[in-house]
Amino acid sequence: MTEQSNDEAPAAASFWRDPRKRQWIFQILVLALVGLLFAYIFHNTLFNLEKRGISTGFDFLDHEAGFNILMSLIPYDETYTYGRTFLVGLLNTLLVSAIGIVFATIIGFVVGVARLSSNWIISRLANLYIEVFRNIPLLLQILFWYFAILPLLPHPRHSIQIGELFLNKRGLYLPKPVFEPGFGWVLAALGLAVVASILVARWARRRQEATGQPFPVFWTSLGLIVFLPWLVYGLAGFPLSWDLPQLRGFNFRGGLGVIPELFALALALSIYTAAYIAEIVRSGIQSVSHGQTEAAYALGLKRGQTLRLVIIPQAMRVIIPQLTSQYLNLTKNSSLAPAIGYPDLVAVFAGTTLNQTGQAVEIIGMTMGVYLFISLAISAFMNWYNKRMALVER
Amino acid sequence: MTIKNLIAGGALLAAGILPVAHAGATLDAVKSKGFVQCGVSTGLPGFSATNDKGEWTGLDVDVCRAVAAAVFGDASKVKYTPLTAKERFTALQSGEIDMLSRNTTWTLTRDTNLGLNFAGVNYYDGQGFMVHKSLGVKSAKELDGAAICIQAGTTTELNLADYFRSNGMKYEAITYDTSDETVKGFEAGRCDVLTSDQSQLYALRIKLKDPKGAMVLPEVISKEPLGPVVRNGDEDWLKVVRWSLFAMINAEEMGVTSKNVDQIKKTTKDPGKQRLLGLSGIKGKGLKIRDDWAYQIIKQVGNYGEAFERNVGMGSPLKIARGLNALWNKGGIQYAPPIR
Ligand SMILES: N[C@@H](CCC(=O)N[C@@H](CS)C(=O)NCC(=O)O)C(=O)O
Repeated sequence: MTEQSNDEAPAAASFWRDPRKRQWIFQILVLALVGLLFAYIFHNTLFNLEKRGISTGFDFLDHEAGFNILMSLIPYDETYTYGRTFLVGLLNTLLVSAIGIVFATIIGFVVGVARLSSNWIISRLANLYIEVFRNIPLLLQILFWYFAILPLLPHPRHSIQIGELFLNKRGLYLPKPVFEPGFGWVLAALGLAVVASILVARWARRRQEATGQPFPVFWTSLGLIVFLPWLVYGLAGFPLSWDLPQLRGFNFRGGLGVIPELFALALALSIYTAAYIAEIVRSGIQSVSHGQTEAAYALGLKRGQTLRLVIIPQAMRVIIPQLTSQYLNLTKNSSLAPAIGYPDLVAVFAGTTLNQTGQAVEIIGMTMGVYLFISLAISAFMNWYNKRMALVER
Repeated sequence: MTIKNLIAGGALLAAGILPVAHAGATLDAVKSKGFVQCGVSTGLPGFSATNDKGEWTGLDVDVCRAVAAAVFGDASKVKYTPLTAKERFTALQSGEIDMLSRNTTWTLTRDTNLGLNFAGVNYYDGQGFMVHKSLGVKSAKELDGAAICIQAGTTTELNLADYFRSNGMKYEAITYDTSDETVKGFEAGRCDVLTSDQSQLYALRIKLKDPKGAMVLPEVISKEPLGPVVRNGDEDWLKVVRWSLFAMINAEEMGVTSKNVDQIKKTTKDPGKQRLLGLSGIKGKGLKIRDDWAYQIIKQVGNYGEAFERNVGMGSPLKIARGLNALWNKGGIQYAPPIR
């Protein structure tokens, strides 16, 4: 072997004749060129910005913002910095996306299953839903829900009242829970109950695998999770009170307000994305051959068990990758928020902050970075989940 | 070969990221392409809006037309780019438009941080409030806790925060992208108040389905000098825009109108008017444009007073009084350096 190779490569040829090394050199050269190109663009941009007298750098993040934001999950007022407006916008984007993802998934699964229903009317209705909402541009749907719902709601002075709940053009006002000392115990009890339920579920599964005897896991866990915290809540002397919304002047003060912009945007995003998810669910379920169902029935599984234990786990493998991309789309689509004045990242940071500071390059860069990061994070999570599901295969 | 091309292409690309500025770049570019690309609002009656024939008209539009008349002798050589408040500065910085004439307030930050130059003031304004009459509010001081509709990317957003903070009042700002949505939000009752520069309130009010149901409160809470804007570092172009506006104001002061300008040009012995109409003095040399530039502006667009009355004054649905925008010798503060 050694002798042979010696013969075939006399004196290791010249460096340039070795295709492998040559490849490497070219790759490095191209990479260096691309790097240089980017460095040049970067430098040139900075140079031109400077020459035009456009400020650069990230100092502006420490400057006082001086404008009001309609909704914030963290403390914010005009005296906070532009850096804070970034966080406020980011959290609002995450909130509306999270709400949208939950509801789109629920609606999507229901419609997707309904689409396969043997009941003609139900399956036609589901089909109609999918066709209508998939084919109308999302922006129109957002504007529709917003400007269709608003005029129907009453002025704050004539709010619709249900118990301590008020609904008007300014939003939905709910009593806000105020946690008093001692409430920590209730939360601890809840945590304990959840952990206990998980342990019970594990034990029950192992027992069922070993002996074949089922255990009512669902009811046991429900009992635990509901009963335990209540017990502790009572023992601790009911350490919770409510801050009730009250009409004062133009609107309600106190309580917890949900603005109509959030509602309309989350609704539009959910309904629109659900139409796509429904189709994904349908195709996922249809990808599991009917023989599987028949085999499950032959083994004596009930209908619900068949769906839960046989069909869905297999359908999930088809559904999940596509679901991921719908979640990504939904998150990105939430950037249509400025159209109806929902203060998301694009409206607050890439909108007002950009306009007040004029630092387009930095701000758009940061905003794109956020969407890229969210996208990568969601797809990383989904890949992990997908791998776990895929392992079930025997 | 290919690598060379690549480098050349890359360099071009990089250079193209921002148009490189030199003193006469925009004026030269405008002259060679044959029209002025002018940024205007998306539709604000009286300032920049399309009429039923689809032509842009308004006080801000007239500044664009004056510049075209000065450069080309033809006021119609303008192309318009409608821009929201948020888009306008980026459009100008990136070279998408040659000038911005879109009710834009001259402020320190904008003048110094954004790489822009304000060419003058064509309308002295101030921020005001419009409310639904049914609320029974008579003064802005009664607005504690109100929901307020505003447009994103405006000085309005900042003034509002200042005003409420200094008066110890709270408010809720609903910030829309375009003026259409702002008006719709106000009409749908999402907010109690719509705030903007006062002139724009009058303009937006006539867009409402029921203009009589809304009223403008007496308070003016800020100074909003509105004027045309160009990019930094291009003095020649800045001067053309600036003096186009000054010519309109000077013409009003001298009593030269679009109707009598031909007559005056033929007969006048007044050296001031002769200089204005390009019959004597430095003419168009300093600005590097045609000698009769001011004559063309007056003939085709009219003087400042004519443009004002036609677009926003008594000859228009807005019926705004001259107020601050009267000439300095008629009780206002409109004043232009002399043409000599
Ligand atoms: N003068 C202020 C406000 C300018 C402004 O954009 N006002 C709104 C009033 S609602 C407007 O004109 N909108 C018309 C549009 O977006 O096309 C500024 O320069 O920031």
